[in-house]
Amino acid sequence: MRILIVLWTLSAQLVFAATPVFTQVMPDHRLTFPADFGAHPDYRTEWWYATGWLTTPDHKPLGFQVTFFRAATATDSANPSRFAPRQLIIAHAALSDPAVGHLLHGQKSARAGFGLAYAQVGDTNVKLDDWTLKRSAEGVYQTRIHGREFDLDLRLSPTQPLMLQGDNGYSRKGPAPGQASYYYSAPQLRVSGSVSRNGQRVLVSGSAWLDHEWSTRYMDTRAVGWDWVGANLADGGALMAFQMRRADGTPLWAHASLRDASGKTTQFDNAAVQFKARRHWHSPRTGGLYPVATELRTGSVVWQLTPLQDDQELDSRSSTGAVYWEGATTLTRDGKPVGRGYLEMTGYVKALKL
Amino acid sequence: MRLSRLGSLRQLSCWLLLGEWRAYPLRALTAVAAIALGVALGFAIDLINTAAYNEFSAAARSLSGQADLEVRGTQPTFDERYYPMLATRAGVAQASPMLVLDAAVSGQTSPLKIIGVDVMRAAALTPDLVGVPVADRPFDTLADDAVFLSPAAMAWFKTRVGGRIKLRVGTNSVSLRVAGGLVRARAGQRIGVMDIGAAQWRFQRIGQLSRVVLKLTEGVNLMAFKSALARATQGQLQVLQSADETSRSASLSRAYRVNLNVLALVALFTGAFLVFSTQALSVIRRRSQFALLRVMGVTRAQLLRQVVLEGGMVGAVGAALGIVGGYALAATALHFFGGDLGGGYFPGVQPALQFAPLRAGVFFTLGLAVALLGSAAPAWEAARAPAAQALKSGSEEGALAQLANPWPALVLLLTGALLTLAPPLDDLPIFGYLAVALLLIGGIALMPRLAGAVFRWLQHLPTTHAITTLVLSRLANAPGQAAIALGGVLASFSLMVAMAIMVASFRVSVDDWLSHVLPADVYIRSAASGNTAALSPAEQAMIARTPGIARVDFMRLTQLNLDPARPAVALIARPIEVSTAANALPMVQTVAVPAHSLPIWVSEAMVDLYGFSPGKQVRLPLAGQWRDVVVAGVWRDYARQFGAIQMRLADYRSLTGDTAINDAGLWLQPGTTPAQAIARLKVLSFGAALEYAEPGEIRTVSLKIFDRSFVVTYLLEAVAMVIGLFGIAATFSAQILARAKEFGMLRHIGVTRRQVLGILAAEGGLLTLMGMAVGFVLGWVISLILVFVVNPQSFHWRMQLHVPWGLLTAVAALLLLAAVLTALIAGRSALSGSVVRAVREDW
Repeated sequence: MRILIVLWTLSAQLVFAATPVFTQVMPDHRLTFPADFGAHPDYRTEWWYATGWLTTPDHKPLGFQVTFFRAATATDSANPSRFAPRQLIIAHAALSDPAVGHLLHGQKSARAGFGLAYAQVGDTNVKLDDWTLKRSAEGVYQTRIHGREFDLDLRLSPTQPLMLQGDNGYSRKGPAPGQASYYYSAPQLRVSGSVSRNGQRVLVSGSAWLDHEWSTRYMDTRAVGWDWVGANLADGGALMAFQMRRADGTPLWAHASLRDASGKTTQFDNAAVQFKARRHWHSPRTGGLYPVATELRTGSVVWQLTPLQDDQELDSRSSTGAVYWEGATTLTRDGKPVGRGYLEMTGYVKALKL
Repeated sequence: MRLSRLGSLRQLSCWLLLGEWRAYPLRALTAVAAIALGVALGFAIDLINTAAYNEFSAAARSLSGQADLEVRGTQPTFDERYYPMLATRAGVAQASPMLVLDAAVSGQTSPLKIIGVDVMRAAALTPDLVGVPVADRPFDTLADDAVFLSPAAMAWFKTRVGGRIKLRVGTNSVSLRVAGGLVRARAGQRIGVMDIGAAQWRFQRIGQLSRVVLKLTEGVNLMAFKSALARATQGQLQVLQSADETSRSASLSRAYRVNLNVLALVALFTGAFLVFSTQALSVIRRRSQFALLRVMGVTRAQLLRQVVLEGGMVGAVGAALGIVGGYALAATALHFFGGDLGGGYFPGVQPALQFAPLRAGVFFTLGLAVALLGSAAPAWEAARAPAAQALKSGSEEGALAQLANPWPALVLLLTGALLTLAPPLDDLPIFGYLAVALLLIGGIALMPRLAGAVFRWLQHLPTTHAITTLVLSRLANAPGQAAIALGGVLASFSLMVAMAIMVASFRVSVDDWLSHVLPADVYIRSAASGNTAALSPAEQAMIARTPGIARVDFMRLTQLNLDPARPAVALIARPIEVSTAANALPMVQTVAVPAHSLPIWVSEAMVDLYGFSPGKQVRLPLAGQWRDVVVAGVWRDYARQFGAIQMRLADYRSLTGDTAINDAGLWLQPGTTPAQAIARLKVLSFGAALEYAEPGEIRTVSLKIFDRSFVVTYLLEAVAMVIGLFGIAATFSAQILARAKEFGMLRHIGVTRRQVLGILAAEGGLLTLMGMAVGFVLGWVISLILVFVVNPQSFHWRMQLHVPWGLLTAVAALLLLAAVLTALIAGRSALSGSVVRAVREDW
């Protein structure tokens, strides 16, 4: 799942002359590849979300996040200008290094157009100035990020088949029909490449998780945010779980799927999925109170989630308008480390509207 | 007894000064007032100009924000395909595109500057141009119906957030929602910001940009990048640094500002002359006192210091008052006339006055220096005079003898004459002004000699009248003292004459020109201002088909940027026949051009600034391409000092594909009155949106604008006159008081009081006449310099000489009357004392 674009999804915000009609997410829709790797401009919101753990040559762990959002606006389709902001591209990138103590992050946004920013249809190919994410014919994702504080240049190679979330890629987000997205993940991506900081480039390797999700109506109006986790398990398995929260913190909708090393997937619905806070961290910048250490139950299995560092909050109010916590997290089961992934927590500072 | 102790010397100096001022307070006050006036005018003009200029360039800078470079086209807009090219060019870190329009507003004579921005690009580069939406509508910065207004624009439209404003597009209007404010706009900066895509759409500028501002990657060589980019775009794009922007806005008004400052200097100069005349007369009168002091042991240097100190005191007090007065004057003028003093150079800004200590210091020093300079010659004379001789009565004239040496004056006059031949310096007529100054000083310096010669010649004319003989012999034999009075008359009258002739020449030339450039019966305009209103071909056809209209000349007015450092040149496309171009335009010069070439007709400024001389083949950037054209003629243009180019409408249309027009001149069929034609046009579907004018109205309005832009000149002219009159009054009264013993003697030998007054009136009148005669000649010569050197070099327009005889005669008569009256009033007070005492004083 994945954040947010509180943002430019403007639905209620813009009341223009001829508001375009977005395509709705429907059940019984078969995802087709490679076309569905590409963008879906008829849907309001879409994101490609790569997160993962890297290891530096001196064996230090780093977390990274590269996100490209596409948001269709309600711009009047009669406007013939090539500058008409029909599609917006927003990108976030973050590097989590416990030695720094907080996230290094960069963000960019632009209207799509003029070849400077785009999310192409047909296959994954997203660009925002010199930030890119592109999938090659062989299925390898290449991403380049030139942030102010760091540069990333990473290759993400698949080692497993795609993981279609929900019902063959139809992922419900709330109790009402239509509160859903099309959603697939690419877990267990093998990462190689480099990270540059302060003019110093180091080679890194690791494993990553890529989500691609598109929707028109994502959140129930009662939901204020969500918690999400996606983790590559050490035995080759993959775990994804999320819950939509009400303002009082109780779950409105939850779902999880666990694919074991052999490829067998188990789905868990609402009652079978539980997030329980073990420890909170208070953000000195935004005042947000995040359950950074969490206990997740999927069916009978209990996972302990522990953050790489507490401060992995990302303040993107200047691009998407949201503040969220997105951080590298280790998973343990019965006290033993079983995997590494990313935890995302939204709506802890201000309710999200999507 | 020696006055060597410093304390007693200071006491003496103080006593001498105060005694002198107490005895002749009016004279000291006049000199102080003259200096104060000159400093005040100069300082006020400088303050106003600085305030307006700073405000204007700050407003211009806010458009380029944090950017390193600004790229613009040669025409007001250029093709947006350059934007990705610029954004992805090596060395460019950030690029932000903009569409800048002057949106016409119905019922307003000035436009609203609309800046279309890509808010996500502008946020980093030009944060001042990011609108602040209301809290629950954060996406209004992207909305296609929203505009963000600066506080000044909100006030101008009398609207607020949530309101709507209407702006002209073509002959229609677009209504935009005021979605928020621009918090960082400068006070008085009247702008609106909206989404660039919305601006392209709403204002029918699809595919067009006005500028792209660039931030370069660190370490990229600015100059190298700039020239490489200019080469890569073959000159179709101009790359400007913020310094270019500043120099461009500076050159907009530079000539005007310099001219105003020179006028202020003239006032100061007149003040200096007044100090000189006051000090000179005071020194002459106190000649014997000074000689006594010398005898008592005061050294020459001490005496010199004393007289200079007196002048310095006058200067210091005057200059200090002038600084205060100048500040008050500037504040008042800004309040009532705006920042351009009626010159129209700084539209849409509201400058705030800032006290500038450094500039205040400069003007104070100038005032003081001028006063010291004015008292230097008298001081030198006072110190140099041999004590024994000076003690004798009646030696005053000798003191002025060296002033009669004609050679320095002749050298000054000759140098002045030669300087008129010099070309402008840095686009300014520095040498022209210098020539005027030298002629003025030379003329005044030559005055004693000239006066002596003339009055001696008059003396030889046969006369039997005793009083006449007395008057003439006095004037002929004491030319030095007469000359000081004369100098005042000369200075003020010649400057008055020069400015009157210059302004009259200009006004008459403009008037003639207006009747030449407005041959049609009715003129229509798409809007009073801005560049968003235009008439489409269909609308043009409807106008042409309107009954009663015999012929229509459509006109397309747009702008060309030929030189990044200069203001834009006006491009006017209209129907012109090569053979009859001289009838259509106020042509100065025409040449035959090859039949197949594209002819253009340029204003005089184009020849001066760009070297577009007649017959020359030049290239113009039109619609993204360089086009070869030939200069077929030069015409006179008083409307655009930065240059204008006329070309045939058909040529313009085929080169640019732009078929819109802004203006049209209508010739009516016999029997149709302008009012009928206008009434018929007004009922067309778009007719109500147009502006209509008959040539007479345009002429009246134009001349009103002309007069307004010369308001300051008229004001300074009046001030020069008043200072001149002060000078005459001071000089006459001083002289008459000094001659009390002479009059006493005359009364003793039987001359009646009435006859003495007659002598005084005749002397005053004759001196003034003499001064005016020479002043007229000098003023006429100076006006030639102003008309034929200063004006063409400053504003690039030439004019015919026209002498306003009526005005000059009236002013001359007034001056004469004032001089005679002053002489009489001064004489009356001088004669009021006892006759016996007046004579006895000599002993």
